[in-house]
Amino acid sequence: MKFKVNGHEAFASTGGRPFDKKKPLIIFVHGSGLTHMTWVLQTRYFAFHGYNSLAVDLPGHGLSGGKSLKSIEEMADWVSDVIDAVGHKEASLVGHSQGCLVTVECTSRYPNKIKTLSLMGGAGAIPMNPELLSLAENNDPKAVDLMMDWAHGPAGHFGGHPVPGLYHINTGTMLAKSRTIENTLGVDFRACDNYKNGFEAAKKIKCPTLSILATDDKMCPVKEGKKLANLIDGSQVDIIDNCGHMMLLEEADRVLTVLKKFITTNYPPLSS
Amino acid sequence: MSDKKKELKPNTYKFDTLSLHAGYQPHKNAGSRQVPIYQTTSYLFDDVDHAAALFNLERGGHIYSRISNPTVGVLEERVASLEGGTAALATSSGMSAIFLTVMTLCEAGDHLVVSSQLYGGTVNLFRLTLPKFGIKCTFVKPRDTEGFKKAIQKNTKGIFGELVGNPGNEIMNMPEIAKIAHDAGIPLMVDATYQTPYLCKPFEHGADIVIHSLTKWMAGHGSSMAGILVEGGKFDWMQNDKFPTMTKPYEGYHGLSFAEEFGPTAFTMKARAEGMRDFGPCLSPQNAWNVLQGIETLSVRMKKHCSNAEEMVKYLSNHESVAWVSHPSAPNHPDAELANKLLPNGKGSMIAFGIKGGKDAGVAFINNVKLASHLANVGDTRTLVIHPASGTHSQMDEATLKFAGLSHDMIRLSVGIEDIDDIKNDFEIGFRAARKPRLVSNQ
Repeated sequence: MKFKVNGHEAFASTGGRPFDKKKPLIIFVHGSGLTHMTWVLQTRYFAFHGYNSLAVDLPGHGLSGGKSLKSIEEMADWVSDVIDAVGHKEASLVGHSQGCLVTVECTSRYPNKIKTLSLMGGAGAIPMNPELLSLAENNDPKAVDLMMDWAHGPAGHFGGHPVPGLYHINTGTMLAKSRTIENTLGVDFRACDNYKNGFEAAKKIKCPTLSILATDDKMCPVKEGKKLANLIDGSQVDIIDNCGHMMLLEEADRVLTVLKKFITTNYPPLSS
Repeated sequence: MSDKKKELKPNTYKFDTLSLHAGYQPHKNAGSRQVPIYQTTSYLFDDVDHAAALFNLERGGHIYSRISNPTVGVLEERVASLEGGTAALATSSGMSAIFLTVMTLCEAGDHLVVSSQLYGGTVNLFRLTLPKFGIKCTFVKPRDTEGFKKAIQKNTKGIFGELVGNPGNEIMNMPEIAKIAHDAGIPLMVDATYQTPYLCKPFEHGADIVIHSLTKWMAGHGSSMAGILVEGGKFDWMQNDKFPTMTKPYEGYHGLSFAEEFGPTAFTMKARAEGMRDFGPCLSPQNAWNVLQGIETLSVRMKKHCSNAEEMVKYLSNHESVAWVSHPSAPNHPDAELANKLLPNGKGSMIAFGIKGGKDAGVAFINNVKLASHLANVGDTRTLVIHPASGTHSQMDEATLKFAGLSHDMIRLSVGIEDIDDIKNDFEIGFRAARKPRLVSNQ
């Protein structure tokens, strides 16, 4: 659905169900250079089971208008503004990769608004390889190819998409190349590289938190994810074997099962 | 020791490796090194919630083998990976892949611009069958690039063609025709059966949907019927209001908008969710497995097909019984320059040639070759021949034959991977008979 946030048109997938203000809200925040479509194997379940599922396109990404935001802090404020813009007072947040930095910062800034936090492939900081950052900022498609290589684990490189007929790496590549690379991936990578507040923000988080990590994640390795999780009181950690950074696609069913249990327990749906 | 910084390079798998491995993870299949044949119609649901989730496209998985099957799924991913596509949908034949593509794209009242040089069955689909569904087509000669532009109407929903036309080997200027299509806000669909992704990746030249008859070179063994449509993932279905069934809420799936929800895989998702559900041209798991066996050796076979074809072009071009030869590798081929650009790894193994003595000589040639098989197929590992005017294109009237670029002296040759000397020796027998057609026919 399209709506306005701070005067700019924003887009979020509602998981194929109409938005209903009575239902609790879950906001899914994508990773660097990507779009709402990375969440398709999680959002539709929640949308059909008593939640408003909003997989947002960050400004300047996917179907959202405006320019890409230049810092994780601005993105965190924007997510909070989305909650207001759709007429809710609170939400559950789910982030992937850069989306974890955004949702951690948002939860620390707006503790009363955020009821649960789910992090996938998250870390307290995501410093960028300087060459990769330079390629993305110079609009070089090789940046996307490198990201797709590193983001998929050894098993994911062979394929085996949970949706029959879809091929992981090429789909991700097309998503990341759907808009100008320097304006999406380049800006996002720089924002990640500049962000230094992740560990401090994590210490302030009091809501139920889940971290899903993967053994073959090269971009946010398990030890980095655990370092972040250990700073959050009562944080749960789930580690997936034989899986890379794109766990939300590579092991979509496992991710959904863990996420479903965590969110329905800590932030129950509107019963039908 | 050099202190030069190592350049970052993506280490994603390359063509030959993907041909063997893409789409399959042994550790999720009891460690089976070979892709298992899932010979089943249906799949257990964990519980009612799981069943509902699968039907609502909330999660990936299989319901019923008309819609999807794990063995077929490996084939689909493998071909998508080789083409550089986002997704693929395998079907029971190449023709059903074309039909499903058109029915996913069009509604009654829509129009297509179509290359005139196509396989005879495809011509009949566009000329005679699709109008029964209210879908009309305008045919344009493949070399008439400007003609494609002129033929576009307000209700045109796409351009369709074979990259190298069957059987005359005329080449569409794919990059320019793709630009024409995209300027009009419509997709370009290309049947690349003759090339396979080893010779050409149409997505790199602007195509949006690629179709294959997998029965041919992709499988190679001539044992199994199969087809596939592959999606490039670049086409923006939401750029205009021409494709409401892709962009508006779809009643058949709780108001789902395929374009919004699935973006670069939207077309394949719709073709499967709607087309396989409602038309059902599914591929059997056994045939999918058979095709996978062929794809494992695709690059090795295509190299031999192409080298043998180039040898045959030289042999035929210098033969006293041959009036003309058409193959993109021939220096005098009108599209030779375009062929070098689009087909850098080889020009394919389909040759058309004219036999001196016309139809009677052609019949005598076909009836007397022993190694080459006379049949209605192409892309087998064995050499195949046919006389199109009396075979594959025999349902066309004289005017349509002419418009499709066919003549009565034309022999269509699909060069196999046998020893090249054996193929030439066999052709000598055929040509000797063709020079004495009356004598041979009286034997």
